[in-house]
Amino acid sequence: MASIPNDHSHDHGHDHHDHHPTSWTRIFTTTNHKDIGSMYMWFSFAMFISGGIMALGIRAELFTPGLQVVRPELFNQLTTLHGIVMIFGAIMPAFVGFANWMLPLQLGAPDMAFARMNNWSFWLLPPAAILLIGSFFVPGGAAAGGWTLYPPLSVQAGMGMDMMIFAVHIMGASSIMGSINIITTILNLRAPGMTMMKMPMFAWTWLITAFLLIATMPVLAGAVTMLLTDRHFGTTFFNAAGGGDPVMFQHIFWFFGHPEVYIIALPAFGVVSQIIPTFSRKPLFGYASMVYATASIAILSFIVWAHHMYTTGLPAAGQLYFMYATMLIAVPTACKIFNWLATMWRGSISLETPMLFCLGFLFLFTMGGFTGLVLSLTPVDIQLHDTYYVVAHFHYVMVAGALFSAFAAVYYWGPKWTGWMYEEKLGKIHFWWSLIAFNVTFFPQHFLGLAGMPRRIPDYNLQFENWNAVSSVGAFAFGFAQIFFIVIVIRMITGKSGIRAAAKPWDGAEGLEWTVPSPAPYHTFETPPVVK
Amino acid sequence: MGASSHPTAPGKYFVPEPSKWPLVGSTALLFMAFGAVGSMNSLGWGWWSLGIGFAILLYMLFGWFGAVIKESEARLYGSNVDISFRWSMSWFIFSEVMFFAAFFGALGWARLHSVPDLSSIDSKLLWPNYAGTWPTTGPYIDSPFTPMGAWGIPAINTALLLLSGVWLTLSHHALIANNRSKAIFWLAITILFGVVFLALQVYEYIHAYSDLNLKLTSGIFGSTFFMLTGFHGFHVTVGAIMLFVVLVRLMRGHFDSKHHFAFEAAAWYWHFVDVVWLGLFVIVYML
Repeated sequence: MASIPNDHSHDHGHDHHDHHPTSWTRIFTTTNHKDIGSMYMWFSFAMFISGGIMALGIRAELFTPGLQVVRPELFNQLTTLHGIVMIFGAIMPAFVGFANWMLPLQLGAPDMAFARMNNWSFWLLPPAAILLIGSFFVPGGAAAGGWTLYPPLSVQAGMGMDMMIFAVHIMGASSIMGSINIITTILNLRAPGMTMMKMPMFAWTWLITAFLLIATMPVLAGAVTMLLTDRHFGTTFFNAAGGGDPVMFQHIFWFFGHPEVYIIALPAFGVVSQIIPTFSRKPLFGYASMVYATASIAILSFIVWAHHMYTTGLPAAGQLYFMYATMLIAVPTACKIFNWLATMWRGSISLETPMLFCLGFLFLFTMGGFTGLVLSLTPVDIQLHDTYYVVAHFHYVMVAGALFSAFAAVYYWGPKWTGWMYEEKLGKIHFWWSLIAFNVTFFPQHFLGLAGMPRRIPDYNLQFENWNAVSSVGAFAFGFAQIFFIVIVIRMITGKSGIRAAAKPWDGAEGLEWTVPSPAPYHTFETPPVVK
Repeated sequence: MGASSHPTAPGKYFVPEPSKWPLVGSTALLFMAFGAVGSMNSLGWGWWSLGIGFAILLYMLFGWFGAVIKESEARLYGSNVDISFRWSMSWFIFSEVMFFAAFFGALGWARLHSVPDLSSIDSKLLWPNYAGTWPTTGPYIDSPFTPMGAWGIPAINTALLLLSGVWLTLSHHALIANNRSKAIFWLAITILFGVVFLALQVYEYIHAYSDLNLKLTSGIFGSTFFMLTGFHGFHVTVGAIMLFVVLVRLMRGHFDSKHHFAFEAAAWYWHFVDVVWLGLFVIVYML
């Protein structure tokens, strides 16, 4: 790790280009990709804490059998909003934030392709958050039918569901605009010489993710629009009495919902594909195959959606098709895992915090992938559907997959953003604390699910008590670890480590982002660099 | 907001100055969302909030597009920005295709799966007398209607939209040939055809409600019919507004034979709306 001690005055970031607005209106009006990237991240963290508090409400209730902490109605609202807030509020904006900060730096672009629309993509999120969080306080409370919004529950629910529907519309508009911006930036704003197959993997994964978003967010918008008209205007899309079908909602929803899983996972893969080569001091093994594997995963994600619906009475041929198609996704995914392992093979590996989080990602995401393979088996899934086994499975993918790689990204690129190193010892404590607490929380949920404990239920049979208690303890420990995380980040921003970050703080790092000073000046690459 | 303090030297990509319009737009959507929630749940302030939100949205649309037009006319957008616009409009239209796909999918699912299933042997106990023939209100809604025939207004509307696409192409060719008055003439005719299309659609809806007893509440047929045609009609309205803005700009002397992407973007959108209508005409009206 190359870093520059504090006493070297190293402020070459402040040349004459580095003028930026100082007025308080800056956060509302900015067109700067770095400002907007940071705003996305702060928003993401605020939503992460909100969704986390909801999760802790759930775990507090489930600590012992019986109803102690929340009423069942509120419990259902908490599970529903926890899912939506974490997916649309915390994980997705975090990676859009990284994309905003890093894509122009990695590609040698002066900013995002549409800098003003970029600001709108961000500023659509707070109104959506107001609708979501505000829905707890309206008569009838927030949406309570689960984050998948299945009818008939979602058609019967109170006005909190309407707020949810419009929040989904607004977040969808934000995602589509953000994705069009990202795709255009990648396709059109690469520096001369930066051919597609020379792009960093993070840019590749975001290119494909943005395509998935543009293809699926409108479908979700269509689904919730039909919910809205079924609720208020007398249509019968999801009502069998009028010739409709509630299962139709599930098909349309999961046509969005399954690609959504990869919308969350692919940018995480991109981050890991940047960090593992850096700390292995070797180029990424099998770059081209990584690109093709990413594209294959994206294409397959459109044709596997009904594996979420094995218990809805699919015909046997449909179950077989969706089972085999789902298993097929393991092939490109395993290709990625093996490429990361091969990248580390005989590398001179050092274990700074970003690398630790990537290793945690690698191990735990693979476990989540394996339980996914288990769940892809129709006969097994019919047993495990809507049990805690499923909850454990997708939290291994979402938390240990996406969230851990988001932490890795903050430690890896944070010095570039702030100009200061984080404190390595604290970072490592955050990693081990999170890793252990995560597994204490979610590993027992596999046992609970296999034993038959259903998800989205506030009370349970006595036989499930022990592992639920363990899981709840782990959840609170995990929550406190994230308070510790924000302390580390604030100490990094304020330079508490006393170690200024060099332009390239990681000696194995490659790419244009390390050719600009740390912190990156307000305007970078106004004249594009030339890539050999 | 208009001119940049970073003059765009050749080869430099234009990055706009800080702008209030995104925040204004978000404020509008916040008011509109709460207004829609309020009015749908019969709360007194709902319509007020919706109206305020809509007014703010109009303010934003005028302001933001005005800023873009000013920048465009100041020739701040280089050739690279032009390529960005082309990519982005293409992807935006793709997203709209997927939006329509959700509603076409719903219609397909209802006709190919749910209605046959509700009249199958599995459902005889619940709905013994349900025949499951399309068009249908579904097994439990007793409100017979006459479906909209394809060869009346819908066929005329098909001809109108297809012809409007031809007029639009004539206008585009005239613009490329630097014949501004001819371009204005054909563009105005295009918009006129679009407006007549919309007027006929409104007439068709009135006819459906008052004579055919075909309503949004007429079960799955009414749901899919009005959702698909209504969503399309909304897109025709948006497309006509786009073309109208382009028309006004043409009359004010904007654009030249090479520099007119706003025209082309609106034209792409219009053709997209046209293609969707062909799908609607075949799938919703004819089949």
